[in-house]
Amino acid sequence: MAFVVAIVGAGWVTDAVFWSPYTTYVHVPQAQPVPFSHQHHVDGLGIDCRYCHTSVESSPYAGLPPTETCMTCHSQLWTQAPLLEPIHRSLATNTPVKWTRVNDLPDFVYFDHSIHVNKGIGCATCHGPVDQMPLTWRANTLYMKWCLDCHRAPENQIRPREEVFNMKWSQPAGQAALGRQLVAKYHVETDRLTNCSVCHH
Amino acid sequence: MNTDASLPLEEIRARLAGARGREYWRCLDEIAATPAFEEFLHREYPAGASEWRDELSRRHFFQIMAASFALAGLGACTKQPLENIVPYVKQPPELTPGKPLYYATALTLGGFANGVIATSREGRPIKIEGNPDHPSSLGATSVFMQAAVLDLYDPDRAQSVLRAGQPSDWTTFVSAMNAAMQDQQTRRGAGVRILTGSVTSPTLRAQLAELLGKYPAAKWLQWEPLTRDNVREGARLAFGEVVETHYAFEDAAVVLALDSDFLSTHPAALRYARKFADRRRVKQPDGASMNRLYAIEPTPTLTGAMADHRLPVSSMEVENITRALAQRLGIPAGVGVTSHDDWLSPVARDLEAHAGAGVVIPGESQPPAVHALAHLINGKLGNFGRTITFTDSIEPAPANQLASLRELVADMQSGAVDLLIMLEGNPVFDAPADLNFADALAKVKTCVRLGFDDNETSRFCHWHIAAAHALESWSDARAFDGTVSLIQPLIEPLFDGKTTHEVIDALIRQPGRASYDIVREYWWGQGWPGFEKWWRAALDRGVVANSAAPPRAVTLAASAPPASPPPPSKTEIIFRADPTIWDGRFVNNAWLQELAKPITKLTWDNAALISPALAQREKLQNGDVVELKFRGRSLRAPVWIVPGQAERSVTLHVGYGRARTGRVGAGAGVNAFSLRTSDALCSGGGLEIVRTGETRELVSTQMHHSMEGRDIIRSGTLPAFMRDPNFTGKEKEPRPSREDTLYHPDEFKYDGYKWGLSIDLNVCIGCNACTIACQAENNIPVVGKHQVSAGRDMQWIRVDRYFRGGLDNPEMNHQPVPCMHCENAPCELVCPVGATVHDHEGLNVQVYNRCIGTRYCSNNCPYKVRRFNFLEFNAGLTAVQKMAKNPDVTVRSRGVMEKCTYCTQRINAARIPAEIAGRKIRDGEIVTACQAACPVEAIVFGDLNDPASRVAKLKEQPLDYWMLGELNTRPRTSYLAKLRNPNPELTV
Repeated sequence: MAFVVAIVGAGWVTDAVFWSPYTTYVHVPQAQPVPFSHQHHVDGLGIDCRYCHTSVESSPYAGLPPTETCMTCHSQLWTQAPLLEPIHRSLATNTPVKWTRVNDLPDFVYFDHSIHVNKGIGCATCHGPVDQMPLTWRANTLYMKWCLDCHRAPENQIRPREEVFNMKWSQPAGQAALGRQLVAKYHVETDRLTNCSVCHH
Repeated sequence: MNTDASLPLEEIRARLAGARGREYWRCLDEIAATPAFEEFLHREYPAGASEWRDELSRRHFFQIMAASFALAGLGACTKQPLENIVPYVKQPPELTPGKPLYYATALTLGGFANGVIATSREGRPIKIEGNPDHPSSLGATSVFMQAAVLDLYDPDRAQSVLRAGQPSDWTTFVSAMNAAMQDQQTRRGAGVRILTGSVTSPTLRAQLAELLGKYPAAKWLQWEPLTRDNVREGARLAFGEVVETHYAFEDAAVVLALDSDFLSTHPAALRYARKFADRRRVKQPDGASMNRLYAIEPTPTLTGAMADHRLPVSSMEVENITRALAQRLGIPAGVGVTSHDDWLSPVARDLEAHAGAGVVIPGESQPPAVHALAHLINGKLGNFGRTITFTDSIEPAPANQLASLRELVADMQSGAVDLLIMLEGNPVFDAPADLNFADALAKVKTCVRLGFDDNETSRFCHWHIAAAHALESWSDARAFDGTVSLIQPLIEPLFDGKTTHEVIDALIRQPGRASYDIVREYWWGQGWPGFEKWWRAALDRGVVANSAAPPRAVTLAASAPPASPPPPSKTEIIFRADPTIWDGRFVNNAWLQELAKPITKLTWDNAALISPALAQREKLQNGDVVELKFRGRSLRAPVWIVPGQAERSVTLHVGYGRARTGRVGAGAGVNAFSLRTSDALCSGGGLEIVRTGETRELVSTQMHHSMEGRDIIRSGTLPAFMRDPNFTGKEKEPRPSREDTLYHPDEFKYDGYKWGLSIDLNVCIGCNACTIACQAENNIPVVGKHQVSAGRDMQWIRVDRYFRGGLDNPEMNHQPVPCMHCENAPCELVCPVGATVHDHEGLNVQVYNRCIGTRYCSNNCPYKVRRFNFLEFNAGLTAVQKMAKNPDVTVRSRGVMEKCTYCTQRINAARIPAEIAGRKIRDGEIVTACQAACPVEAIVFGDLNDPASRVAKLKEQPLDYWMLGELNTRPRTSYLAKLRNPNPELTV
């Protein structure tokens, strides 16, 4: 009996650890060379996601802005700020900035941004309310189970294409109906979405 | 695979002679049913595959692994580690991370170029495909071109400038050269020699001309170990001058190959294979256009394997036969006595019947007399201007390379050479043994070598400059037909390598120019109108338009050349290019070392190839080491019995047995060049074979993945096909119905895309380019000789070679075998963890992260196409080696099963843009790696639900069949049965 309790207990502990922010990094801001604030840049200044993440509509990788992109503004603004020193040094020494990756998948998973963005999955759906993040953290576990929740029923998450980059958009009351309509309109083949070959190759 | 029991050759011969019908066999052990073969047959992985066979004891193994086990266990319990994500400082505008960029460039072999399109991911080249716009490659690649990427990232390549073995730098080298050339000024460069391989590069030729203009007494010599001197001298004999001969196989109804492996070793082999295949393919039941190939050769080659009629004769005998043929056709050619009259007469009649639509092609290893005779024969048959055209030689001032090498050695011996510049090459290793090149080289005052690797020749050099790889270089080159291609780099030289242009420029002017400027300035000087536009177009397309050499007229000699002196004794040794190592330059390329050679299926080694008759007479078995005694020199080599080898010929492939090479090539094979003398560059009689009683393990894959004599290859003859197109039995045999399965037959409706693959056995030449292409595309590891001997080779697509017929001259057939992607896959239902599953488009999907390594799937696969990672083959890769990996394909760890995926990453890469654009994937948008590489377009992939797709049409053909179809696996990979076009007058 004690043995059974021990097993169950071990299982409960493992489960708790597995789903805790320690393992999932959810809501854990990561240390960065520069404490970049999406809240300031997106919500405060109104910069579109794609200004920095330029290849999100055409490539599997969304893209991280090169130092040059930061310097489009910061060659003029805040040029003396100590916080921005790593950026200026990067440009001066031609060494790239090493950011800590917040949203990461295992190496055997092949995620393609462009198809998601073009089929009506908003940035905020997976990355959360990035425009409200003074520091960047992972909003969802990005576990396969979480991906499958949508891949099995994309109508629950899909939004009109023109709203993909709209951080302020929220699901209407009739998401179920809208979702089904959009899934048909955007030719999302739900039964194919759970083929292993879609993400693992 | 070395066998324990001796092979009863006479018994095997008798068994095969009495065999009737479609009995295919892959190796002698199979016919003899030796215990070794039985073991290979009955165990999925042969004995010892699951056991640790090395000297390392089990106890020690557990000791050193204990720590790893513990760490592995702990490792799995930690969370995903945080990683860095590193953007650019200034992102190149044309580069989108995640999307490949493609650049047209060219790769050369023996000086001749083939146009390629190289794929670049995030600034590094990872894959080579052929350039469809290039007349020489026509979109295809050879094994050497596919493996070029691995050479680029070879950790053993030369990485710096060395001066007497100590690190130095380019500036110091240039100053030293400056001083040396100043010294030579007064003597007009009399002490300067430049030694290169065959050069077709217009820029390099111009530079050398400039150098020689400045130093008129200096000399430039070319030396290729596999020299084409015979071809040049033959042309001189026939036409009075050196011209290049070009063959239009698409117009040839009959081809006679005189020891010519034109399908694989000719400089234009890729083109010739495609054109030959175009004429070979049987499209309609009328089959009228199918060509017929005759081959006479001393050793089995891919061309001989393709032949409808093949005659194994010694190399020395070929001239006799050619003379006899010439006599028959009415050309007075001297006495041509041959015992093969009953074979030759029908061939002669066939050639005459197709006068003007025939080709008689002599091989590069045949003496000039045979080439001259072949020209006379073609001329008589009216083939000139129809199937055969001539151009000026592409090579500059085509010299007799052997004569110029002799001259160089003489100069070096006499101390006349003060400065020798070698651009690549390895003459210490591959120059004729009797010239004693090393001896002479030691007498040179200053010796410089530009080389990709530190080799036997570098050891003698005062200066060694690390060479840039072709993928790192600006250069240019000409294809066999003369078409110019610009060579552009895809990456900055990884190790500061220099190009030939930079080295020569440093000798001419100070400061020397960079390659880009040298090449550009040369072409700017050619005066093409609108240079910038021309330059961009040439780089974009990979070819310079209208640069092929124009056809020209020739004057055929009136009479046949005099006969060559008869050979000393009947046993001869023949030296041939190695099918995977060429002349030794690829010996450190792991993919090519592990590639099973097409006919012998040997890996990681060469051997003395002997005929079964010779083996019987000398009482030799596979792996027995013999001493080959030839003209005062001797070499110990293991033997390998090759059915179809001419009785008295012993083949030794060159390039192995390197004394100084990297970690991959060290210790592999025996050095054929140590026997090769200047009077026997290609073959020589008077070989003596002495048994030593020793043996050496030779690893061959021909017993691996055996399918136990089931109906695997279907073949027939053209007449039989024309009588009954359904001879493969597709219609007649009781094929299992769709419902005849334990599976739910309608689980998948396949109403979307339905992927399928068709492989045309009719045209497959067995070159194995598909194997290396797949290895490059899918990050397939190399396992090494020891693991291959245990049956653990990892290549996802293998090309099986089957013999059929008697022991001494069997028919040879090739069959590429990738995953069948069965609709009723036996592998899927036995996986306990669901790591191999089916998808809606018909692919059998292998999910690496789920696999726990029970290997039940591999056990259940009747085709034996699954590969298991028994060991961690990707451990300890250096940072540079990792750059070769394709980022779109998972790098598999130990304990994971893998197999052909129909290039699912390419399918997804085509599907996503199609979905975004709201359209269907077009036929031809998805090209699997194997399909892209194939010179003859034997492999075709596509959507079976699209009736207009190429693959759907191919599967409609009556020749289409499923391998092991009676098992009701319903494979998506199907084959087109092989047809031969025999001459009804010939029985052989």
